[in-house]
Amino acid sequence: MTAAPLVSLRNVRLHYPVGGAIAALRGKTTVVKAVDGITFDVAQGESVGLLGESGCGKTSTGRLLLKLDAPTTGTVTFDGADITTLRGADLRRFRTRAQLIFQNPFEALNPRFTIRASLSEPLENAAIPLAERHDRIVAALELVRLPEPDQFLDRHPHQLSGGQLQRIVMARALILDPVFVVADEPVSMLDVSVRAGVLNVFREVRARMGLTAIYISHDLALVRYVCERTIVMYLGRIVEDGPTEDIVREPLHPYTKALVTAVPVPDPDQSHDPLPIGRGAPDPRNPPSGCTFRDRCPQAFARCAVESPGPTRVGNRIVHCHLHAPS
Amino acid sequence: MEPLLSLRDLSIAYDVDGGTVTAVDGATFDVPRGVIVGLVGESGCGKTTLARSLTRVLADNARITGGQAFFDGQDIMALPERQMNALRWRKIAFIPQSAMNSLDPVYTIESQLAEVLCKRGGLTRARAHVRSEELFEMVGLERGRLRDYPHQFSGGMRQRVAIALALALNPKLIVADEPVTALDVIVQRQILDQLRDLQKELSVSVIIVTHDISVVAYVCDQVVVMYAGRVAETGAMRTTLTRPAHPYTMGLRNAFPDLKSAAGVLTPIEGAPPNLMHPPPGCRFAPRCPFAQARCTDSSPPLVQVDGDHLAACHRWQEADVLRPLAALTQTWAIDIGATEMGGAKS
Amino acid sequence: MSSPVTLAKGPQAPRRGILRMVRNAFRSLHLPLDDGFAIAGLVIYAVFVLVALFAPQIATHDPTEILFTATFDLAADRRPGEDGFIMGTTSLGRDVFSQLVYGTQSALLIGITAAVMVALIGSIVGVVAGYFGGWTDTILMRLADIAFGIPFLPFVIVLAAFLEPSIWNVVIAMALILWRDTGRVIRSQVLTLRSRAYVEAARVSGSSDLKIILRHIAPNILPLSFLYGSIAIGWAILTEASISFLGFGDSSTISWGYMLQDAFASQALSKNAFYWFVPPGICIILIVSAGFFISRGYEKILFPKLGR
Repeated sequence: MTAAPLVSLRNVRLHYPVGGAIAALRGKTTVVKAVDGITFDVAQGESVGLLGESGCGKTSTGRLLLKLDAPTTGTVTFDGADITTLRGADLRRFRTRAQLIFQNPFEALNPRFTIRASLSEPLENAAIPLAERHDRIVAALELVRLPEPDQFLDRHPHQLSGGQLQRIVMARALILDPVFVVADEPVSMLDVSVRAGVLNVFREVRARMGLTAIYISHDLALVRYVCERTIVMYLGRIVEDGPTEDIVREPLHPYTKALVTAVPVPDPDQSHDPLPIGRGAPDPRNPPSGCTFRDRCPQAFARCAVESPGPTRVGNRIVHCHLHAPS
Repeated sequence: MEPLLSLRDLSIAYDVDGGTVTAVDGATFDVPRGVIVGLVGESGCGKTTLARSLTRVLADNARITGGQAFFDGQDIMALPERQMNALRWRKIAFIPQSAMNSLDPVYTIESQLAEVLCKRGGLTRARAHVRSEELFEMVGLERGRLRDYPHQFSGGMRQRVAIALALALNPKLIVADEPVTALDVIVQRQILDQLRDLQKELSVSVIIVTHDISVVAYVCDQVVVMYAGRVAETGAMRTTLTRPAHPYTMGLRNAFPDLKSAAGVLTPIEGAPPNLMHPPPGCRFAPRCPFAQARCTDSSPPLVQVDGDHLAACHRWQEADVLRPLAALTQTWAIDIGATEMGGAKS
Repeated sequence: MSSPVTLAKGPQAPRRGILRMVRNAFRSLHLPLDDGFAIAGLVIYAVFVLVALFAPQIATHDPTEILFTATFDLAADRRPGEDGFIMGTTSLGRDVFSQLVYGTQSALLIGITAAVMVALIGSIVGVVAGYFGGWTDTILMRLADIAFGIPFLPFVIVLAAFLEPSIWNVVIAMALILWRDTGRVIRSQVLTLRSRAYVEAARVSGSSDLKIILRHIAPNILPLSFLYGSIAIGWAILTEASISFLGFGDSSTISWGYMLQDAFASQALSKNAFYWFVPPGICIILIVSAGFFISRGYEKILFPKLGR
């Protein structure tokens, strides 16, 4: 019997009404369906990538997982408890166990605070005794491979490089020994030669601490480097969910196929095959009926316009596509 | 055939509060006619400054401190402003970074195109309309959307508009600063494909400034690798990427994950680029280079010919074949920053 | 994209204790010491503050005392320099110079109190509305709208008519109404700050709302508060002068506005007694301008790109 999952989402929707009072009076409120019915589990210790382009809902999902936003419908469960009901001491405890690593290291730290002050904040909130704090700060910095922590503690963010800052952001997220971490495109704002270092630290730390991690990105190559499992999202829905290597080697969903084909590689002899996807940008305000991908799908057929595809198990993967669904 | 653009020892500096920052220091490379050149490097390497200098649209505190840039035989750095202005858009067009955000939100796309076509190109309104439709078709946009406003287009479509604006007067050279960086990977691929098709169709030369060598590998014929304001290596894309002669290029290769091959280990290049206000003497990459020797910190390596049009600025360029396999190993790059190794890599 | 590292030395932490507290207090004022105008403004203020503090030492007479010459004549309408009166006397026999000096006290008192009230109320409203949003925001901003709808000077006059004449009427009126500008602007600033990643990071770290407000939001809006505060000082003094000039002021307290009213009532112009209204006029101009100069300095701190 497998252990209960650490994180669970069931039919989660996040809808934003758009259009103001006048539009509502005319009965024309548009709704932006940022997240439109997603369901998945994350087991303890798993590293899952949330992959998709802008507007697919991956960032919104990350925020829902950390209770930074509340779902319109559906449940988000963490360690058996529905997080929307958490209050007071339970909420504080949740905050020590689930953390976020931000995308922009230049904005994620208060520019007026010294590094020491930024790292102390979570410790203060968790009422860690003063005597312990310095040691924990140093331990966190060593964890992210910042040598000689003393030279960083009294500095301000503008004096440090992007790579160093992002490690500090990571250190801050890890300082209270969380069990669950959501990393929101943590290296997208860093220079390429620096990304590798930060990603390596992330991998190492995750393995060492046995962290359960969700890695949000639009970059399939990076997701593959960090995550064993990938969930591909499009317009607020999950299209494919399975082991990363399998998805990369043999994508099942037409959108995943297009994604894999589209990624450029440093190989001069890479193929320039035409992309198997229609033009157009996904509009979360006006998604097509049935399967939201059908207007760009080269293999769409009649059923796609009528019915939204449910999850189909194919091997060790789940695909949401009528092509693979039992008819 | 004479190259379209020839940079010789071009240097550009910024005057800032603390002193002078030499953003570009002695850049030398050629852009042949009808090719796509990738100008690749990290932030702060000078590629954007260099790109902007080609249309001489630099910040107020920037100065061209030396060198020449021969465009069609003429040194555009020495041209008086009026003549340079005649070249802009007509012969050389520039697509700035985040061009899709630089469209005026209160004017329709058509009127913005018309502004370029009529005011700069001297076309009549009627002809401008025809040309606008042509341009839209070229960049893969529906003609019917000419009258739309920028906010009605998606990011990718606005980038296509920016490309259309650049192509408007049929320039010979387009300089695009990070044209696909802010875009999603599918749109990115579509735009790159479009650029390739356009380039073949119109025989225009394109310089793409980017930090992503995967983009370079996908779409460029030639590549210029810049580091800390200097040209580290330049040559045909295939040669430079498969047989790099400069350790920085070798290191860059390791830092990019390759989706199509087996998952490997990403190797970072430790350290950070030098402060360009007080650049170190000698090779600027030496502090981070696993192959650095005493002469590397003493004297700056000149750009030498490795083979044909493959040039590299490294004292040890002749040992490149030996250093390359070493550079492919992760341990090579685990060096102690601040210590210069004598005689080769740590293994 | 990241910028290259410039590994400069970090700021040296001062010794703990008193020195550090003084330094932090000084720093928290965010004094705009870069701009020439701002420094000029600060100097002007400093001078006026000193004059107010040492008024008894500087003034030659009691400002309300009706003076007589040695020959028991009313020392009225003396010109500057006559009979030892530096700036002459009013038609009631009071020393103009002493009035000017003591007037500094009431000017600064009103100015600073009103400024503090406006900045304080406006900032608190702005922060609470901006940070908490929702109904709190709606209610507070509608209150601000109401305040915007009320014309200020007439309101002060009406207030003066209801309450007994006092210099504090101005302060009360300003506290009730003039926080509206500050409140609006600070609210927008807080809205921007609230969406910053480091504020969200604080929330994810478990910081309470109060802690976030005090540690992350407040320090960033302080320069804005000070900017509005420094402008408010000028407004307060001008308003008091207007009120007194119109005759609604407190006649038992000498203020510059009172001096102007007195000058008008005594037909200064036809008597060619410029020394009755020019000195207080110049003082008012100086102090109000100083307030604006200082606000320029804060503006540079807040919006450095405007200058280029």
